[in-house]
Amino acid sequence: MHPLQMSAVDLVAAVRRGDITAVSCTEAFLERIAQSNEGLNAFLAVDREGALARAADIDARRKAGQPLGPLAGLPVGVKDALCTADLPTTCASKMLAGYRPPYDAEVVARLRRADAVIVGKTNMDEFAMGGSNENSAFGPVRNPWDTARAPGGSSGGSAACVAADMAPVAIGSDTGGSIRQPAGLCGITGLKPTYGRVSRRGLVAFASSLDQIGPMARSAADCALVLETIAGHDPGDSTSLADAVPKYLESLEKPLTGLRIGRVAAHFAEGLDPEVARGVDEAFAVFEAAGATVHEVELPHARYGIPTYYLIAPCEASSNLARYDGAHYGHRSTQPPGGGFESPLIEMYCRSRAEGFGPEVKRRIMLGTYALSAGYYDAYYAKALRVRRLIRQDYLDAFRHVDLIGGPVSATPAFRLGEKTGDPLAMYLVDMYTVSTNLAGIAGISFPCGFTKGGLPIGFQLQGPALSEARLLNATDRFQSHTDWHRRRPAFPFAETPA
Amino acid sequence: MSLSRQEVAKVGLLARLALSDADVTSLTGELSKIVGFVSQLEELDTAGIEPLAHPLDSHNVFRPDVVAPCLTPAEALQSAPRHDDECFLVPAVLGETGAA
Repeated sequence: MHPLQMSAVDLVAAVRRGDITAVSCTEAFLERIAQSNEGLNAFLAVDREGALARAADIDARRKAGQPLGPLAGLPVGVKDALCTADLPTTCASKMLAGYRPPYDAEVVARLRRADAVIVGKTNMDEFAMGGSNENSAFGPVRNPWDTARAPGGSSGGSAACVAADMAPVAIGSDTGGSIRQPAGLCGITGLKPTYGRVSRRGLVAFASSLDQIGPMARSAADCALVLETIAGHDPGDSTSLADAVPKYLESLEKPLTGLRIGRVAAHFAEGLDPEVARGVDEAFAVFEAAGATVHEVELPHARYGIPTYYLIAPCEASSNLARYDGAHYGHRSTQPPGGGFESPLIEMYCRSRAEGFGPEVKRRIMLGTYALSAGYYDAYYAKALRVRRLIRQDYLDAFRHVDLIGGPVSATPAFRLGEKTGDPLAMYLVDMYTVSTNLAGIAGISFPCGFTKGGLPIGFQLQGPALSEARLLNATDRFQSHTDWHRRRPAFPFAETPA
Repeated sequence: MSLSRQEVAKVGLLARLALSDADVTSLTGELSKIVGFVSQLEELDTAGIEPLAHPLDSHNVFRPDVVAPCLTPAEALQSAPRHDDECFLVPAVLGETGAA
């Protein structure tokens, strides 16, 4: 079988057996990248030479009988929010154009130790702020299912690269849905692990109490394979969890008999696209046929998720992004001092940041700074933190009655590029089904559960309690053993779907 | 809920963002709309609810106090827009004028 058609699990097994070489596997994906990246803009940097050298090294070690890591020969795309010492790390921002970090993110280091082959850095919304990838300073990513449409965001480059077979797996990050929503819109599987399950060290910080790194792939099994490598305690991230990492692959095929899945009636209220609603309801039926039971549950505060998130995330962002000051790294304005500021230093800060950040990043920094400023802190930030506790409590209550909660991952299939760019608030609402997972710090996964008449993927989301990754992956794998939505591929070469 | 241009300009300075008049105009409209939207939290009674700043139970995380490798000065300075052998170089910290 051609490497592009193989699962990640099969690819690493084939490399290990010597059925294919890591070099031929890497070459196959690099060829697809060369064919398609100009059109899709999924990668901001491609490391052809480095990837081939690494693959050749893996082949040589295999030949010499030396041990290989669990991801040996597996091409991986890495979101450009993760630091890589040998490749630029830009966060899709002019602020960090050409920036070369002095160290690898912990997840990147783990991928390298596992002998994965990093093929490049994937495009994203600037500093992971956005739901369409249109906020990238280096141009939007296009959805391989219809190149006139957005892939979702912020991990849109990672989602598109997997959907387009430019890599079998990719790494994304999810602060309010940035793995699950693009996975849903691109017809792939994406897991947001429990807060702290995966180290954030070397992930460019957006909102530190919400950010989490996770795998994006074509199936739950492939996500499980990658999660086994990237999950686990890191002494360099004091918020990473010490709990042992389960063997996710081993529990994938457990029957779903007795699994209780919650369904939230409010998820199906006004605003949900009817085709998406139908696909999601059919998915519940598949789970029932596989032995699970479906129960109505309520998340009474879920409708406050978006306003809560759009206070907490910008507040944290305004603090985190204060580090981009034109002094230590990143863009510095070259304008001569014009005065009108307290000092030349303050002027340099203000001009460097004004030139380096794009409009959405500025909007969120402004919103967060405002909400944290004197006189407003209690009314906005502290209020949002109280509602956050109510949102988390809703989940704790619901998970006393059900094991997982299912529903849509986004209200519509992939929307057209430009459709929402004129209205920041409309763009914020695309996260309505995903932000609460991050506010509660729990885990969620999304995967394809059907297609619209127009041929666009429909995503299903499962959310589970803290450290329920094995259960989420098991349920998704069983769903995928009963369906073949996750095996569908966009037509190549990728093109616009005629309206 | 609406913000004034003066408030937006003040927040711009707090956020260290140089804003043009056009920026202030567009941000005043956009932020007013967003702040109006998030203000719907006011309808919830949260008296007696403890703020939740972090999803994990907060606790101190300790590690042994041992010397470990860290970035060298050269590594830390490698991406600085301006630096000498051991320092980041910035424009004058005091006064309205002055060269870097």
